[in-house]
Amino acid sequence: MSDWIDIAALDDVPQRGARIVKTHSGCVAVFRTSADEVFALNNSCPHKGGPLSEGIVHGASVTCPLHNWVFSLETGHAQGADDGKVATYPAKVENGRILLDKATLNQRIVA
Amino acid sequence: MKQKLIIIGAGMATGRALETLLDAAPDAYDVTLFNAEPRGNYNRIMLSPVLAGDKTYAEIETHDALWYAEKCVTCRFGEKLASINRVAKTVTAQNGDVLAYDKLMFGTGSNPFIIPLPGHDLEGVIAYRDLEDTERMMGLGPVSKCVVIGGGLLGLEAAAGMAARGVDVTVVHIMGHLMERQLDEAAGYLLRRALVDKGITIKCSANSKEILGKDGHVRALLLDDGTELPCDLLVMAVGIRPNVALASEAGLAVGCGIHVDDQMVTSDADILAVGECVEHDGAIFGLVAPLYDQARVAAKTLLGEHAIFVQKELSTKLKVTGCDLFSAGDFADGDGREDIVFRDPARGVYRRLVIENDVVIGAVMYGDTADSNWFFGLIRERTDIAEMRDTLIFGPAYQGGTPLDPLTAVAALSRDAEICGCNGICKGQIEDAIVAGAGDLAAIKATTKASASCGTCTGLVEQVLAVTLGDDFVLPAAASICACTDMTHEDVRRMIKSQRLTSMPAVWQECGWKTSCGCHVCRPALNFYLLADWPLEYQDDPQSRFINERKHANIQKDGTFSVVPRMWGGITTPDELRAIADAADKYAVPTVKVTGGQRIDLLGVKGEDLPAIWADLNAAGMVSGHAYSKGLRTVKTCVGTDHCRFGTQDSTGLGIKLEKTLWGSWTPHKLKLGVSGCPRNCAEATCKDIGIVCVDSGYQISIGGAAGMDVRETELLVQVVTEQETIDVIKAITQAYRENARYLDRIYKWMGKVGMDWIKERVVEDLEERAALVDRFELSQTIYRRDPWADHVRDKLQSYQPLGNFALEAAE
Ligand SMILES: Cc1cc2nc3c(=O)[nH]c(=O)nc-3n(C[C@H](O)[C@H](O)[C@H](O)COP(=O)(O)OP(=O)(O)OC[C@H]3O[C@@H](n4cnc5c(N)ncnc54)[C@H](O)[C@@H]3O)c2cc1C
Ligand code: SF4
Ligand code: SF4
Ligand code: FES
Repeated sequence: MSDWIDIAALDDVPQRGARIVKTHSGCVAVFRTSADEVFALNNSCPHKGGPLSEGIVHGASVTCPLHNWVFSLETGHAQGADDGKVATYPAKVENGRILLDKATLNQRIVA
Repeated sequence: MKQKLIIIGAGMATGRALETLLDAAPDAYDVTLFNAEPRGNYNRIMLSPVLAGDKTYAEIETHDALWYAEKCVTCRFGEKLASINRVAKTVTAQNGDVLAYDKLMFGTGSNPFIIPLPGHDLEGVIAYRDLEDTERMMGLGPVSKCVVIGGGLLGLEAAAGMAARGVDVTVVHIMGHLMERQLDEAAGYLLRRALVDKGITIKCSANSKEILGKDGHVRALLLDDGTELPCDLLVMAVGIRPNVALASEAGLAVGCGIHVDDQMVTSDADILAVGECVEHDGAIFGLVAPLYDQARVAAKTLLGEHAIFVQKELSTKLKVTGCDLFSAGDFADGDGREDIVFRDPARGVYRRLVIENDVVIGAVMYGDTADSNWFFGLIRERTDIAEMRDTLIFGPAYQGGTPLDPLTAVAALSRDAEICGCNGICKGQIEDAIVAGAGDLAAIKATTKASASCGTCTGLVEQVLAVTLGDDFVLPAAASICACTDMTHEDVRRMIKSQRLTSMPAVWQECGWKTSCGCHVCRPALNFYLLADWPLEYQDDPQSRFINERKHANIQKDGTFSVVPRMWGGITTPDELRAIADAADKYAVPTVKVTGGQRIDLLGVKGEDLPAIWADLNAAGMVSGHAYSKGLRTVKTCVGTDHCRFGTQDSTGLGIKLEKTLWGSWTPHKLKLGVSGCPRNCAEATCKDIGIVCVDSGYQISIGGAAGMDVRETELLVQVVTEQETIDVIKAITQAYRENARYLDRIYKWMGKVGMDWIKERVVEDLEERAALVDRFELSQTIYRRDPWADHVRDKLQSYQPLGNFALEAAE
């Protein structure tokens, strides 16, 4: 069973936007879609390390701000002709709060 | 002996429970019913039709005095239950009466949530919950004004009901579109349009700040942008909270609502709870369908029979005449989920199904909800739809029929919709010309002049031809903006203007977008088109901007940013230079570089430091250089008459004036200007988007230069005599470019499409048109000529910080 950690209020992240959570092994990007779904991904683009949290969010995808690769927020897979994958982490919303999985976060904190 | 049952609350849930109980076993319990409202059961959801004047209270009363009398229920209406003693198994009424019970049932419903804004306790601020509230609204005269806070189900029903009575109603909603929890943006847009047609004013993305009063009575609502909305009554319909006070005082387990198990029994085996006041398996309930299920389960439990309550999919309908709307299940986007979207702009119909693993999991429908029950059935039954997916969206009655036609948007235009803006030709004139024999674009041009000028409406004219002539006309394929639409940039711009589309969902709907919310290619373009055409109505959408514009700084390859303060016309002062140097030291800026546009670039600033460095630079009097924007960047100048022996005019002064006039304006692509004091052209003005070369007899204005991937020299537009005229022509040309060019076309590209003559006609020859362009530019500048740095430091500071910093935490 997952153990959840409360990160912030849903409204702290703009719709079709993202904010980051810093850890020792880099940042986790927390995305919010227009349908108020929340996803957590590694913030670093597998192409050249672009900060995904700064990209344009559309549907359940994000476009990397550096060279426009598009990634699925659900699977982390690059879409279309590009090939690559970003790590995804469990995330959910409960009572208007964003929750991340403690175990995955802890791994990153100590790394 | 009969057992004693006490019920708290005569609401919809307990009403149904009581009915079921007494039908099955009339003599099992001796029932006493407390209700804070001075009446028995009525159908609360029908308060909206009562408000709208479609029904009377008598018609919605479900249990009258006679019913209770026949069933021997002791009614204590208008009496609130004050407390419960679970050890003694007694309750205390408000008047002090103590009554014993064997079983107790909660049905206290919920309390409307009142936002604790200053002034929320003024007379005339009400919720929308019961008959008293409804009567307050019905009591408003036809000339009264009312503000409703909340654009959800309840708020909109209240607004529509009052509007039907002639009250002037404004709905203030904090989110970007109405009923955001049940609807997606497209359906929200259609709903908004229907409500506006009913005379209701809708303000979305509006934040209430304070309720203003006079002599203790509400007078107006103040929004945080300073708007004051006068009102005689203010209705808050922003949500409900389960009414659990009595239960938690009695020591029952309570979370958001009173905890119940599958049998509707609370943490005390003799106490049950049903309705909006309960929490079951983490969920709370605000619609009657599940409450009725709970009521039946509770009745069985009271009779010692076994029954369990199961949560089911819910659907919502809005009870506003003329707004056909249905929403059920989960309609969020997601991977592995497919969307089937059907838009029929002509009929105002929108349908969206969300499908996962060949099962429909969500549906939103607007305009035509006749099939909604069928779709809801598919959702609840989890029907496999693999076999019928091609035709699914058309509903159960679909037999054959034609596939979706991308031309429907054009077909939907009315005869007086303007097609060619340059020549003021509307759709009807083109249709007439076609009927009279004009069978291709050239013939239309020759007979009507439509698309004979700038040509941006060519696509639309061709579509009118295609719609009118059918198979006789072969539509030349034009590149669409992106995969979300079949329309070209020009088509969409024309639709935005001719149909007065002032929001993104409006464009998506009326132009038949194939995705739910666009993509990174079309959204920035639409955002620009909308703000260029409707500077007052449209609200800029930062989430549809590329990061550079969203954060007002240039992103670098390592994710850091560069910061460029404005230096008007390239002039700076020792104080400014010191402030820049101080900022560079303070924020450990690794590179300080002089740019090609006569400014100083601070490269390598960390994203989270941006607001702080801006605040420092702002304090020294500097504003954002917009060095990242599809907007005015710099006005490069030479020294001109002030110092140069060749100078013919004050080129620096003119550059500063131009920059101060144009700064902050958004354009289809970046816009750079240069002003040189003589034809020696030290400011390299003739490879800028707009260049000015001063000469003895005045100012030569030329446009369309570039020194990027294409290198081009400007072409002369006009030579004028005065500085003022120079400024006017430049404002007009900028506005013409903003209104007509494709997003991401520099001026030279746009010029290539519309031709220099077309531009000259407008900004040089036609003085009236020039003045109109200048006016529209200035109007837009009243909104957009502002420093984004100061705005963000003031309002958006938080968004630049990480949500959490666990790197720090572990280090400590
Ligand atoms: C205007 C309006 C329109 C609606 N439209 C719809 C709709 O279209 N579809 C839909 O599904 N739902 C709709 N709803 C919601 C629906 O009405 C509620 O979900 C439902 O009425 C809740 O039933 P309940 O029995 O839990 O509570 P209620 O019906 O609210 O009854 C609770 C009762 O308990 C009484 N009470 C509270 N505390 C005490 C106490 N201490 N002692 C004695 N009595 C007490 C209250 O006075 C109240 O009469 C609407 C609601 C409103 C207000
Ligand atoms: S452009 Fe002419 S006026 Fe300006 S600096 Fe050069 S020589 Fe002097
Ligand atoms: S010229 Fe190329 S490398 Fe240099 S700043 Fe411009 S985009 Fe970057
Ligand atoms: S770094 Fe993300 S697309 Fe290149």
